[in-house]
Amino acid sequence: MINLRDKGAELWEGANRLQRTAFALVAIFAALCLPYAGNFSLTNFLNTPISSYEAVLVYPVGMYILMALGLNIVVGKSGLLDLGYVAFFAIGAYTAAILGTHTHLNTWEILPMGMGFAMLAGVLLGLPTLRLRGDYLAIVTLGFGEIVRILAINTPSIGGPNGIAGVPQPPTVLGQAFDITHPDHFFWLVVIMILAVIWMVRRLSIRRPGRAWEAIRQDEDVALLMGVPILRYKIWSFSIGAAVGGAAGVIFASEQMFVAPQSFNYNVSVLILSCVVFGGMGNIWGVVLGASILSYLPERIRFISNAREFVFGLALVVMMNIRPEGLLPRKKREHLSDEERAALKATRAALTASKKASKKASEKASEKASEKAEKEASK
Amino acid sequence: MNFSVVGSQFFPLLINGLALGFIYVLVSVGYTMVYGVLRLINFANSEIFMLGTFATAIVSTSVFKFNQNSQPSHGMKLFIVLLCCLLASMATSGVVAVFVELIAYRRLRTKGANRLGSLISAIGTSITLSEGVRILTHSIPVASPRVLSKFYVFKIHGVGLRIDQLLTIASGLLLFIAVDRFVTKTRMGKAIRAVSMSEENSKLMGINLNRVISLTFLIGGLVTGAAAFMYMTVYEQTVFNVGFNIGLAAFTAAVLGGIGNLRGAFYGGLALGLAEEYFSALLGSQWKEITVFVVLVLVLLVKPNGLFGEAVQQTRV
Repeated sequence: MINLRDKGAELWEGANRLQRTAFALVAIFAALCLPYAGNFSLTNFLNTPISSYEAVLVYPVGMYILMALGLNIVVGKSGLLDLGYVAFFAIGAYTAAILGTHTHLNTWEILPMGMGFAMLAGVLLGLPTLRLRGDYLAIVTLGFGEIVRILAINTPSIGGPNGIAGVPQPPTVLGQAFDITHPDHFFWLVVIMILAVIWMVRRLSIRRPGRAWEAIRQDEDVALLMGVPILRYKIWSFSIGAAVGGAAGVIFASEQMFVAPQSFNYNVSVLILSCVVFGGMGNIWGVVLGASILSYLPERIRFISNAREFVFGLALVVMMNIRPEGLLPRKKREHLSDEERAALKATRAALTASKKASKKASEKASEKASEKAEKEASK
Repeated sequence: MNFSVVGSQFFPLLINGLALGFIYVLVSVGYTMVYGVLRLINFANSEIFMLGTFATAIVSTSVFKFNQNSQPSHGMKLFIVLLCCLLASMATSGVVAVFVELIAYRRLRTKGANRLGSLISAIGTSITLSEGVRILTHSIPVASPRVLSKFYVFKIHGVGLRIDQLLTIASGLLLFIAVDRFVTKTRMGKAIRAVSMSEENSKLMGINLNRVISLTFLIGGLVTGAAAFMYMTVYEQTVFNVGFNIGLAAFTAAVLGGIGNLRGAFYGGLALGLAEEYFSALLGSQWKEITVFVVLVLVLLVKPNGLFGEAVQQTRV
């Protein structure tokens, strides 16, 4: 298998600022054009056979990418196994539904509130439970997810099992209406949110919280000994992840105009976790890729509607067996200084040179080259 | 809150809770044994259970030609039918468990993948199995005909012990003791315990790692299959997603007792079965799952490694 991630990282590191900006703009533009891809003969293989392609791009694809990025902060960055992530999505969605139907607040005003409530839930859940480790944390978060869902089913004032219908859609922005005939506008909204989250995660990962999360993920005890306030950063990770889930929930509720407890069952948590691990934990691009595939694939193969979940499960097993670290795994070495990076580059160049040399010349020559490479690496 | 129900129904609830508890005990043995050696939640265990229930239903209907109208059998024939159902269920679950290990875990383990990779692979296996059965059964619940007539063994002041409950409790206890003896007393059991302490060191001591892990899955599967048989004699119905709730409860029970600890699974399973029965009588059955998780969270807050668990190794995902 070719190493896509290293190849990509090499190209990115080799590019200058202008090239990077140009590439990013082209990529964003291509993403924004996705809703129209179904109309052209060149790209109409993307069309989903039964459900509307533009709607599929918003939910599940866009929503799952957003949630997977949020869960990636918790699972991928700080190594906390969360099996109840859907709870935060549900809290965001129910916030939008309750406030939207009972007050005159519009979606943009509810959005920060939904994120706030989700964060609050994250802190409340995290304070007592983040002292637990590993699988104990997994089962407690799983329980939390189920508790939120069952509470929603058993509370008649928020619709019980029937949920809440008639959630208002977002008001018009810059003349762009958000309604059922304009799924592309919703998609653009979700893309903007995804970009914001990616930007946030990239900023956080190279600064203090990111380094603290990385330390916690690699070894909690060592991180504690080095003076990292573990509980505080774990709660930060939990609540930032929760806020992203809450934001996705608010948009989900106002796009579907309807929330019901059955949208928030345990399978959704598992699916989002699958997106994160399948794509490559801790690597933003891997997570985006994994979430796109896993959310899009079941819709694309809807024509085998009866067997699509079966095929989905099979695909998970096969893919994990072929690439256990995910499609695009995280970089093995992170946060290199400039000198280290230069040394690494020199080593790589020397190694490739030695490989070429060994084909032509005798083994001695290649040994010398690799010795040289090792020396350079040790510098 | 309806305390009078709990007061008046104390003993019937106790019996129901014990019968349910022993089913949980056996399923959570499946979880906890695999966790012990691999430090991994075997998500496919709920489907191993589900396939066991279907094996029981198929043997009683296809092989022994029972149907909804036929009379419950008795005497020697009853014994033979029940034994065949039990063996079929255990064999199915055991074989499936070994295959799950081969397909979903072995390659990932030998490649040295991280734990979450195996977790997703297990989830994929679980989806594949339950969806496969869903397609084959067209999502229709399969009722198992009544083989065992449900008479009361004894009845005192309106409190009775039904034969199926007695069977579940007795065989559950026997099976658990058998597994416990196997793990603590035999040579292979010693190998399993060695692997659960340190994979590396047991390999250096000449233990065949692959064989021990397969054996662990086999035992877990056999016990889960027995639980599936008991479930079918008590509840007499199964459906493609029957494993989900049972699996979740059994896993919770394993964690409650301290996962990786066999006797912890025993106490955890019983505690959970009883808690479910009493809480649903007290608060109404719709709150049953919540109370289970609330109990779990409260226990973990006081004892972060479960009731009987040792400190878990720090997990690195």
